[in-house]
Amino acid sequence: MPQTLFDKIWQAHMVARRADGRDLIYIDRHVLHELHAPHAFEQLEKQHRHVRRPDLTFSMQDHTVATKPGRDDTTNPSGAAFLKAMRDGSRRNRIRLFDIDDPEQGISHVVAPELGMVLPGATHAVPDSHASTVGGLGALAFGCGTSELAHILATQVMALRRPKSMLIRLEGKLAAHVTAKDVALRIIAELGVAGARGHVVEYAGAAVRAMTIESRMTLCNLNIEMGGRSGFVAADEAAFSWIEGRPFAPKDAMWDRALAHWRTLTSDDGAKFDREHVLDCSALEPQITWGTDPSQVLGISGRVPDPATVDLGRRAAIESALAYMGLQPGMALAGLPVDRVFIGSCTNSRLPDLKAAADVARGRRVAAGVIAMVVPGSTTVKRAAEAAGLDRVFRDAGFLWGESGCSMCAGGNGDRGEPGERCVSTTNRNFEHRQGPKVRTHLVSPATAAATAVAGRIADVRQLMSGQG
Amino acid sequence: MQPFTTHTGIAVPLMRDDVNTDQIAPVQSMRSLKPDYKALLFMRARRRDDGSEDPDFVLNRPQFRGPGILVTGHNFGAGSSREAAVWGMLANNIRVIVAKSFADIYRENCLQNGLLPIVLEPRDAAAFADRVIAVNGAAPFTVDLRTQRISGPGGADISFDIPAADRMRLLEGLDDIGLTLKHADEIASWEHRTAADQPWLQAAVDRRL
Repeated sequence: MPQTLFDKIWQAHMVARRADGRDLIYIDRHVLHELHAPHAFEQLEKQHRHVRRPDLTFSMQDHTVATKPGRDDTTNPSGAAFLKAMRDGSRRNRIRLFDIDDPEQGISHVVAPELGMVLPGATHAVPDSHASTVGGLGALAFGCGTSELAHILATQVMALRRPKSMLIRLEGKLAAHVTAKDVALRIIAELGVAGARGHVVEYAGAAVRAMTIESRMTLCNLNIEMGGRSGFVAADEAAFSWIEGRPFAPKDAMWDRALAHWRTLTSDDGAKFDREHVLDCSALEPQITWGTDPSQVLGISGRVPDPATVDLGRRAAIESALAYMGLQPGMALAGLPVDRVFIGSCTNSRLPDLKAAADVARGRRVAAGVIAMVVPGSTTVKRAAEAAGLDRVFRDAGFLWGESGCSMCAGGNGDRGEPGERCVSTTNRNFEHRQGPKVRTHLVSPATAAATAVAGRIADVRQLMSGQG
Repeated sequence: MQPFTTHTGIAVPLMRDDVNTDQIAPVQSMRSLKPDYKALLFMRARRRDDGSEDPDFVLNRPQFRGPGILVTGHNFGAGSSREAAVWGMLANNIRVIVAKSFADIYRENCLQNGLLPIVLEPRDAAAFADRVIAVNGAAPFTVDLRTQRISGPGGADISFDIPAADRMRLLEGLDDIGLTLKHADEIASWEHRTAADQPWLQAAVDRRL
């Protein structure tokens, strides 16, 4: 019987079925961060249990690190205890830590792939809902809570109920300045914030094949915003060459052997998915969220909904989102003044994201009164961006250039907006108060964010770049 | 884990869909390794702009100050994987959430902590929500996991379904890691087999070192 790639990975990693009917799925790579791991270390120690495979486990300092140049533990005072507990816990448990001053520190979902820890057909777990970012390389990744994290540390497996499968086919060719972020936002708009709940999503189709690996990671990153259990793109030659030569990737004869195996990792023709969804991306324009969840999305030339014209069941949610966001029914978003622009996070902080933003910022200036900030996803990305002169482009344009970390995505490090500010952001959640109390977040691509920063108003990057902005 | 057999408490109606973990346990409330989990629950909704208590928020109303059961809409617990969003419930003695549906990770976090996540049949869910609103905290409801029934004022008992395995785990307060470690031999043999068949999976080595 034809199998989906998800079936194949699941089956290959199934260790046993537990007495309660859950499948024990082996976790090939486990990446921790300091916001949740310290509690799990403590849980394990109370239970007198040890970490089964510290050699397959890695620790990152990302959520609470300050982004200010010259930072240390004390720059974000509330982070210090987390950083120390992570440091101590990783040492006690013999886990390799990428500490705040490590030349390869960064956001777990950015660092793990760029160091070659993430491999096609492998399983991956992170105590963070954006774990499936690394699905861009064909890995099956699960986000988990703290107790599950302790469970993986002690056993190296997750006890899971098997999710359903879903195929999202992205057809057509993206127009200039339209990115994976725009595609992902459109999918969430179509399927809703619970649209992929209980499902593992495979993204396929011509538009996906044409995406860079970094763009595929952006696409898979946002899978959780429609409730997906995991999401991935089957690895292809582009993925294999992306991985080859990275520090933790297999080498020499083992590389050849791995590669031969990876080339078999596709869904079979005729494989059955529990659900399928198709999106033609050809006519897609840059997208932007208008509301307070990631499904409340518009094309950049669109108008926000009018609660009076929608059915009663949806009316209250739309009214409440409009009120929080300070918007009037039926208005256009393009042209709306902004206070802050953030470019970064596990969604959009890899080198091509920064290049796309720099291409827009080059030779322009951040509008007066706008605070614009770029935070690379890892210290490696930061170095590469600096080698390419991108930091110069951003600084010359008036952007702040930070040290790597999660930063303003969730504000766990103190980076956040002021009450009432309108913030255009390349992150993944526009929930109320997420980027600071009463901050109004609009999610966009890096290009749209940069265009907005220089315009001082929500901008259509296509117009700016064609000289009509 | 604390076993769950029955729980009696005031049922609080929070009749909204897509309540997310940033609402339940804002990240700004987790600035210390040991935050006040009782206070962080719905921290933002509880307070007005001037810092005073918002008397309109349901958990601030006098009749709901001692909650026991939360009744809510679809996709409860969407967003982050942070377990504080469950610990905050327990710190407030909320040991049952009756939702129209749960976000996947949130539901797992409930099961890990002896918090019973109940999804009623759509018709029962609507009727139960109406009843909870009508009772308005005047008397408690009792949830019995052994009989899979909810009883209380204003109507007949309601039965609910839950996967048998989840039910057993909650009833017995089973140690999840302990359950898995019964398969330690199978884990070891999987590792052994994979080290031979796909050695790259079992070796996460920095090849520069």
